[in-house]
Amino acid sequence: MDEIVKEYLIESNEALDCMDRELVALEKEPSSRELLATIFRAIHTVKGTSGSLGYSKIESVAHVGENLLSRMRDGDLILTAEITSALLAMTDVLRRMLASIEETEEEGEFETGSVTDALHRILQNSTGMNNPSAAGSDKTGEILVERGAVSESLITSVVKMQEQGDARKIGDILVEEAGVSPLAIADALSVQAERRQQVTTSAIRVDVNLLDKVMNLVGELVLARNQVLQFTTNTEDSSFLRTAQRLNLITTELQEGVMKTRMQPIENIWKSFPRVVRDISLAGGKLAELEMEGAETELDKTIIEAIKDPLTHIVRNSVDHGIELPSVRQQAGKPPCGTVKLRAFHEGGQVNIVISDDGAGVDCARVRAKALEKQLVTPQQLTAMSDLQVMNLLFLPGFSTAAKVTNISGRGVGMDVVKTNIEKIGGTVAIDSVQGKGTTIKIRIPLTLAIIPALLVMSGGERFAIPQVSLVELVRLEGEAAISKIEMIHGAPVHRLRGKLLPLLSLNRQLNLPATVAGADDVPVVNIVVLQADGRQFGLIVDDINDTEEIVVKPLGKQLKGIHCFAGATILGDGRVALILDVPGLAQRAKLGSETQAQEVLDERKKATAESADAQSWLLFRVGNKGRLAIPLSTVSRLEEFDLAAIEVSDQRSVIQYRNAIMPLIFISDMLHLQGAREDESRFPVIVYSEGGKDIGLAVDEILDIVDEHVEYSNNTASDYLLGSAVLQARVTDLLNVPAIVDGFMRSSDFIPEERAEESIVYVN
Amino acid sequence: MSTERQFCTFLIDDLLLGVRIEEVQELIRHQPTTIVPLSSSELGGLINLRGQIVIAIDLRRRLGLEPRADDESAMNVILRTEDGLVSLLVDEIGDVVEVSEDDFGQPPETLVASGRELIQSVVMLDKNLLLILDTEKAVNVDSALMNQ
Repeated sequence: MDEIVKEYLIESNEALDCMDRELVALEKEPSSRELLATIFRAIHTVKGTSGSLGYSKIESVAHVGENLLSRMRDGDLILTAEITSALLAMTDVLRRMLASIEETEEEGEFETGSVTDALHRILQNSTGMNNPSAAGSDKTGEILVERGAVSESLITSVVKMQEQGDARKIGDILVEEAGVSPLAIADALSVQAERRQQVTTSAIRVDVNLLDKVMNLVGELVLARNQVLQFTTNTEDSSFLRTAQRLNLITTELQEGVMKTRMQPIENIWKSFPRVVRDISLAGGKLAELEMEGAETELDKTIIEAIKDPLTHIVRNSVDHGIELPSVRQQAGKPPCGTVKLRAFHEGGQVNIVISDDGAGVDCARVRAKALEKQLVTPQQLTAMSDLQVMNLLFLPGFSTAAKVTNISGRGVGMDVVKTNIEKIGGTVAIDSVQGKGTTIKIRIPLTLAIIPALLVMSGGERFAIPQVSLVELVRLEGEAAISKIEMIHGAPVHRLRGKLLPLLSLNRQLNLPATVAGADDVPVVNIVVLQADGRQFGLIVDDINDTEEIVVKPLGKQLKGIHCFAGATILGDGRVALILDVPGLAQRAKLGSETQAQEVLDERKKATAESADAQSWLLFRVGNKGRLAIPLSTVSRLEEFDLAAIEVSDQRSVIQYRNAIMPLIFISDMLHLQGAREDESRFPVIVYSEGGKDIGLAVDEILDIVDEHVEYSNNTASDYLLGSAVLQARVTDLLNVPAIVDGFMRSSDFIPEERAEESIVYVN
Repeated sequence: MSTERQFCTFLIDDLLLGVRIEEVQELIRHQPTTIVPLSSSELGGLINLRGQIVIAIDLRRRLGLEPRADDESAMNVILRTEDGLVSLLVDEIGDVVEVSEDDFGQPPETLVASGRELIQSVVMLDKNLLLILDTEKAVNVDSALMNQ
């Protein structure tokens, strides 16, 4: 395609975008002559260039629009919603024609009649009233008044002189006739130049590919610099050290400079939002206003591109789902016009984007119902969820709470896509909402993707880089703690970090790397890198933690795309290649791992409870006076003791508060119809059993012992809750079928044993 | 008159292999490689070629041959491919040979199965046979398969 046509397309599209933006702004401020002038200039440019390139259809459509705008500029017409819509429709048609030129180099056949007719109709309907035009928005004059150089009346009289045919510039007249100091005029003119910068800009257009290339080269330079700096550690040569230092400084500055060339204000995406909000609120019969703050916040071009669609989706959602109808809003005591607020700001090397609305907020009850209906969670999981967790269900694939699907949102591209796209560029999304008050969505994204700070770790003899964005903290366990502070739940290691359970992953195991052999006399050390992904934290056990370094991210070849543990590779200071860990990918992989682990545990348990179990550990306990029971120790999470007074009732079941959660209690004596011991003890033992991540307490009367025995048992029992009986420690012992008991308990809703206060209880987890 | 073509040759075990010289960017000696965990053994790892990260393919394993002994270091044949540079790890670099297209023949049936599909054709040289590598197939290592 011709260079001129390309230029024309870019320019015209920019002009149309500008029109969109300014029209919506003008609607709020109909008297602004400045906005009107900008719009007029834009359409005039489109008309002019189209005509000179021979695109007559575009020219004729733009011409009608220009006529209308010129009437408005003359004050014959006042902007109404109807006019705005007609003009916006016109920009849409023009855009389609431009797109057609881009694809086929022809204007294409477009039905432009309805758009131009609408514009003509407005033109004809205009009463033709002829307001005397106010003093032209002569900025030079206004600026002079603003700065106190001249009085307003003087300007008015000078403008009158101009109108009467004085061809001199306003500044010249003022200097010559009114004796205003030329300095003041020059000052005003420089201010004017500054303000008009967007019109006569000092910028040049640069091919993005060229910028990318330069960026790559700077990446190389950063690596070379890192290498050179490593040599400086082994040398005493002072001139070399000085040169290296200088190279270091220049490289850093160059890197920053080149990064800046790729930076774009977030306004570039935001500018289309006023139109989006207007269209959607109009279509839905709503009133909504868009407030923007921090539009000048800059982000790397690739990131700007990546967040455009997610942001648009969120803004649409805010208006379409968030903001209520004006009547509903008034009933709720809110102003009829809703507000969507966009805020962008830098914080800690990252950019925050906050999208908040003062709409209806998230209806958690509806989200719960929907999640159940779509079978995204089990009822048990749901009851344990806090409202915040429930809100995060919105990010699951296939979730849409919109009561009805409009043509604007609810088309299946949901918040899950938003989340995936943001996470792809190393960002995070969080949602917060108060029902009736509004919803806030907070996005955090890195400034750039090309060069990122990363933590270097060693594992299995290899070095890996972990992007700093995912990093939460580092934990080092030494000596005794290295062993005792890592606990196992069903074979999955966890660490208690300030009262919270942190699931642990071993990088060596995840990546099938050889385990590091610690020297015999070494103090055992465990290095845990606490990472955040998918809103969850987990600890990654690595062999060693090195240093943080600015790394240049390089993509991996297609041969490695299938491995989801790596986000790319980088070259370190010593010239060696290191892989960059993909933290969300790793978490995903590990989740699969833990599911298989859970499956393994289940299988094991099945095996254990099948005909004959091999030698294993059994927990012996007593229920009632005679009940001597056992369960495999592997199914037990913990043993606890509670006060009888701590038992509470919820949903007709006995529960107990345990580790910040509500744990249901199962009284084995009731399930097996055994006579309770009725001892006058105020505390009772509980066996804590975990299923599907939930704790369940089995209340027993007394914990007897733990035995390692090879058990053979006969399945001769009548109760479903028993697997059979065996001889343990030379006494007949019933083997409890814990899953069956839990199952039976879950089914029976009216399960409240009487006179519980007199029984002691053992909880089996 | 038939066209003469130039091939860059290298040795793997006692096989003489060749690739069209136009596809070769350069030959370099052994480079420190970074192993990619979870990837197939056919991938030798990643090397740093003057700031560019290049995947190295272990041609021995790719051809289904015995792995290289620990004390032998591989040479790198850097190829230009559609997806950027790829390095082939070979035992020894040979000469550049010029062969006429008339001398091309089908690979013998007796070649090992896994290696056979990577050999485009066979050229009979005076002393020995030159196996022409199908580079497109040779560098197409699927990581998903390697995952297993």
